[in-house]
Amino acid sequence: MSGHAFAENQPDSFSFTSENEAKADGLIAKYPAGRQASAVIPLLDLAQRQHDNWLPRVAIEAVAKKLDMAPIRVLEVVTFYTMFNLKPVGKYFLQACTTTPCWLRGSDEMMKCIKDKLGLDNHGASEDGMFSLLEVECLGGCVNAPILQVNDDFYEDMDYDATAELLEALKQGKPPPVGSMKGRNMSESSAGATSLTSLRETEAAYVPRPPKPAAEAPAEAPRDGGDS
Amino acid sequence: MPKLTVDGIEVDVPPGSTVLQACEAAGAEIPRFCYHERLSIAGNCRMCLVEVKPGPPKPQASCALPAADNQEVFTDSEMVKKARHGVMEFLLINHPLDCPICDQGGECDLQDQAMGYGHHSSRYTENKRAVEDKHMGPLIQTIMTRCIHCTRCVRFSTEVAGVTEMGLLGRGETAEITTYLEKALASELSGNVIDLCPVGALTSKPYAFVSRPWELKKTETIDVMDAVGSNIRVDTRGSEVLRVLPRLHDDVNEEWISDKARFACDGLKRQRLDRPYLRRDGKLVPVSWPEAFSTVAEQMKALSGEAMAAIAGDLCDAESMFALKQLMTSVGSANIDCRQDGAKLDASVRASYLFNASIAGVEDADAILLVGTNPRWEAPVLNARIRKRWLEGGLTVAMVGTPADLTYKVETLGAGAQTLREIADGSHSFAEVLKSAKKPMVILGMGALVREDGAAVLAMARSIAEGCGMIQEASEDSDAWNGFSVLHTAASRVAGLDMGFVPGAEGKGVAGIVAGAGSGEIKFVYLLGADEIDMSGLGKAFVVYQGHHGDAGAHRADVVLPGAAYTEKDGIYVNTEGRAQLALQASFPPGEAREDWKVLRALSEAVGKALAYDSATALRTALVAAHGSFGAIDQVEPASWGAFGTAGETSDAPFGQVIENFYMTDSISRCSAVMAECTETFVTAKAERTGTEE
Amino acid sequence: MLKDEDRIFTNLYGWFDWGLDGARKRGDWSTTKQILSQTPEEVVELVKASGLRGRGGAGFPTGLKWSFMPKVVGDRPHYLIVNADESEPGTCKDREIMRNDPHKLVEGCLIAGYSMRACAAYIYIRGEYYNESGNLQAAIDQAYDAGLIGKNACGTGYDFDIILHRGAGAYICGEETALLESLEGKKGQPRLKPPFPAAVGLYGCPSTVNNVESIAVVPEILRRGPEWFAGLGRERNVGTKLFCISGHVNNPCNVEEEMGIPLRELIDKHAGGVIGGWDNLLAVIPGGASVRCIPKSICDDILMDFDSLMTVKSGLGTAAVIVMNKQTDIVKAIARLSYFYKHESCGQCTPCREGTGWMWRVMERLVTGEAEYEEIDALEQVTKQIEGHTICALGDAAAWPIQGLLTHFRGEVEDRIKAHKASLSNLQAVE
Repeated sequence: MSGHAFAENQPDSFSFTSENEAKADGLIAKYPAGRQASAVIPLLDLAQRQHDNWLPRVAIEAVAKKLDMAPIRVLEVVTFYTMFNLKPVGKYFLQACTTTPCWLRGSDEMMKCIKDKLGLDNHGASEDGMFSLLEVECLGGCVNAPILQVNDDFYEDMDYDATAELLEALKQGKPPPVGSMKGRNMSESSAGATSLTSLRETEAAYVPRPPKPAAEAPAEAPRDGGDS
Repeated sequence: MPKLTVDGIEVDVPPGSTVLQACEAAGAEIPRFCYHERLSIAGNCRMCLVEVKPGPPKPQASCALPAADNQEVFTDSEMVKKARHGVMEFLLINHPLDCPICDQGGECDLQDQAMGYGHHSSRYTENKRAVEDKHMGPLIQTIMTRCIHCTRCVRFSTEVAGVTEMGLLGRGETAEITTYLEKALASELSGNVIDLCPVGALTSKPYAFVSRPWELKKTETIDVMDAVGSNIRVDTRGSEVLRVLPRLHDDVNEEWISDKARFACDGLKRQRLDRPYLRRDGKLVPVSWPEAFSTVAEQMKALSGEAMAAIAGDLCDAESMFALKQLMTSVGSANIDCRQDGAKLDASVRASYLFNASIAGVEDADAILLVGTNPRWEAPVLNARIRKRWLEGGLTVAMVGTPADLTYKVETLGAGAQTLREIADGSHSFAEVLKSAKKPMVILGMGALVREDGAAVLAMARSIAEGCGMIQEASEDSDAWNGFSVLHTAASRVAGLDMGFVPGAEGKGVAGIVAGAGSGEIKFVYLLGADEIDMSGLGKAFVVYQGHHGDAGAHRADVVLPGAAYTEKDGIYVNTEGRAQLALQASFPPGEAREDWKVLRALSEAVGKALAYDSATALRTALVAAHGSFGAIDQVEPASWGAFGTAGETSDAPFGQVIENFYMTDSISRCSAVMAECTETFVTAKAERTGTEE
Repeated sequence: MLKDEDRIFTNLYGWFDWGLDGARKRGDWSTTKQILSQTPEEVVELVKASGLRGRGGAGFPTGLKWSFMPKVVGDRPHYLIVNADESEPGTCKDREIMRNDPHKLVEGCLIAGYSMRACAAYIYIRGEYYNESGNLQAAIDQAYDAGLIGKNACGTGYDFDIILHRGAGAYICGEETALLESLEGKKGQPRLKPPFPAAVGLYGCPSTVNNVESIAVVPEILRRGPEWFAGLGRERNVGTKLFCISGHVNNPCNVEEEMGIPLRELIDKHAGGVIGGWDNLLAVIPGGASVRCIPKSICDDILMDFDSLMTVKSGLGTAAVIVMNKQTDIVKAIARLSYFYKHESCGQCTPCREGTGWMWRVMERLVTGEAEYEEIDALEQVTKQIEGHTICALGDAAAWPIQGLLTHFRGEVEDRIKAHKASLSNLQAVE
């Protein structure tokens, strides 16, 4: 299984925590009876979050059993989708977008900074287990390019310095607020919005955005977005 | 009936046909790799592209496109040619083109079609992809760099074989076919993926680097590893059988064969009886044919008929059984039996021992009751037919016997005769299921009949068939239907029953023969390829073994007369549904071994009761004259219903499995190293695993 | 320029509360029950009349697509599937809808679902949009709690569920049938069509797959009336549209604008102009990575809508405008897209599986000029061998960027080969 190989060190067993077991049942219940295979991606995601952000063989088999699927069908899914990790990743799993829109905005500089500061090339991992790096394809935040995804969070408008700042903050265990590293709001122009400005004054419901929660490593804080 | 034109030729095709089928109907050949008419449509190879009007201005995959009225299909237009050349180029850029060292060479779809659609040289100058080979067990050799991702193997194993173990991992150009964790493909039908693979990615491991197809003599014949009568092609070089492949027969094996049918052929080379032997001082020593014959004749001449007996084994051709029966009759013995397993089959009513519904008829059934049978092991190809029907939906399957994974949903109703009795008297709820079914079936296996109470079980099965509407006369709305179906495991069995190779008046059956030999009442036993009886029970009887392998029979024998294996003689075999089929000789028996009827003919002369035929043709004429059904080659005549079975007490013991190890059931497969390896991989390892887990 | 009062996505930048209260203040959910008091056919007719064309890339008329659904529910339920697998390079508009204005989508699901007699909507959101999925799920939960969806949605007697489903990283799942496969728990490999989803879709049931934006604009269209929407833009290319302006502009941003806005106006007014000025513009990919790029000469006066861009052999696609100025190595920019398509090919059908890797490898050599001149023609032929020969449109999408490059910048490609050959002969001369 070149390219689709399991990690060398595999745990002997895997089972969902009772909390996740209940979550898994909730996820399965989203789909019609007999269509429980639909929950395969959500359950694999749940298992991965429970297991330090990677999937051991036993977890794949546990999901297969839970969904009454053949293990090969689950493994097909695991190896088809890029978000499933068959091998351990860093506590901070860096996913750097280098597709053209990010590349045009300087993703090379972002990659260079990661190399300079952490010594990581694509697919690399730091020895202390803190960081691992994967070049990924378009993350869908192109007007905020380049984007560096850290675990679940997008850090945007990256350049060399912003990357250095972010990495340093992560090393300190103090992830900065998610979003633009340049302080830009969402996807509006950094020079100020060019539209909707008339509403800004009239909109009575104007509520400032709440501060962003700090990013947490999924190992410590298993979260599931689809079932909140 | 959609009417369309293909290259200007008008064709009508049945509703539901694809454009590809319409093209074939019009005589236009459509190249394809992924499409296979017995598998679901994948449409991924893109080789079958055709131009269709009306439609978008691009070529369409004909395998997936429904044929519709007034379509104009072009299979040879500029657009189509370009498309095919393009696809072929893509298929070849990462293909290793290692045809000179590829076992598929000479019978490779990719190679053949590259002749028609390939460029003379490649424009692709980049490095080719290399893919790691996968382990798939003792039967399937993989060279995955050759794979073109058609997914036929994945679809076959999942859909037909019913084992979801193969898959396509990854995506894009890193997509790879594998089994889960590279485990051996655990299916009795696994070898069929070798035939299905359109390239040399999956080839036969035992046949690896053995021969080239053009070196082989191909003989179309019949398989004897079970009672299905799968149509096979035996490929030989010189006298050696190198491989066995399936032939197409829609009503029998479609185009599949079991792994035993395909891979046991190496057993034909081992432990062969290649000359006559005589036991002297407790040891078998080689002797000449005349000496062997005179020894046997001497014995026979000295005995009265009642003191002699003959048992026919499971692999015998009809002709030799017929000759033996006539010989035994001529010496006044009624002690003959072809049911070496002791099955309580009744030869007097043909419908009582046939698979009356017919193999293809399984596809019409809507409720099946399996009784004492594991069709997956006893007849894998037939089991695939049940699965096929089950996949269509609307089929209920239940079983009375030993639970097993049959690759489809089976409700286990009970283990033995008691449950059967409840169904028969209507007190079991499944009786209602059968009664309300349009075409209910009972498949009665040897596990239910090889018991002391076999005749009573047979009677109960008959009463279920009659009571649950399985015996239907033809009416205006529907054809006749007989759901009472006996699944045999022995290739020779139906022929034996058809010709009455059963005890005559006052004659003894297998149990009586063995007991008689033990007590000294029977002094002479003639074993025609019978290896599966209790040899230790034969006491001091003089035993003649005629057969092809040094198995149990030969070990017990006082005289060994070397015969021919099924690939080495012409002969008629009648399958479980009563279909007589002609097997043809593919190679010669080894050494001094001879075709079995000839041995019997020569022996009869020595005994002084010369059989009245000097040629195979004359023998067959006599056989047909005596039993007309043998003349109706490849036909299934409905057998008329009648009374059979004997009502009586039944035991509480569960119906057993007659096959413990699918891979070794007869003297040939027991000698096969490949089957031994399969046993190790699939049976022994599994038993050990289960043993430690539980 | 579009007036603010004609903008649908009034919380595009997340200035206001994205939750139900904020949404209600912006007018969402205000007349939903009234809208649903019409028959499904009437709703479909209104959407047809609005001229709304699908916002996911292909621009198929939305109302017409809905009308393909069976008119009665048989033994199979109907499903609405929302394609929120936004992965087309350059595109990040649905992200803003889902995190800043999710109730527009939720309400749109209910109305669209009603119009096609669906029992439920499945929203398939790309897995990387983890935080966005949190907002959207919260909005769905709010709508359930408020009785807007679920049993007796909005008090209309109509039962309708909305289920959010997260993907796990696969561009191809933006292809509607691949999305359905993925939603069923399989690899995201596109299905053969026919049958189309309206006949055989999710779980074999009649289904319609729509883009997030297509669904999210529906409530506002129905509230203001189809004439309003149809009155914006020009014929066959009406309404407002979210544009994503990325690449070499001074201020990349998302903005809702009128369909058919001139490209130059869009870039200058909203994105602060091209870096180095308009004259420093090299080319624009106007509709997400999958469309052919257009050189400055076309950019000067092209209108941003389906039909205008079609006439220059490009496309509006997702209206993701990727701007490249004259400092861009455009061969590398396109080569990077070729890598993207190679990476995202599902591997199912031959031309795409084999062809995308081939194209990318040649493109990489063209970046450095390590190629022969005839390889340019060969590459173009390869793109043609893929285009139109695959199961889904990813093959076309992989071919078009290269075709665009070779159409407009062939000279650049040739120059590199020339320069490389020259450097080789210099090297030989030195030796």
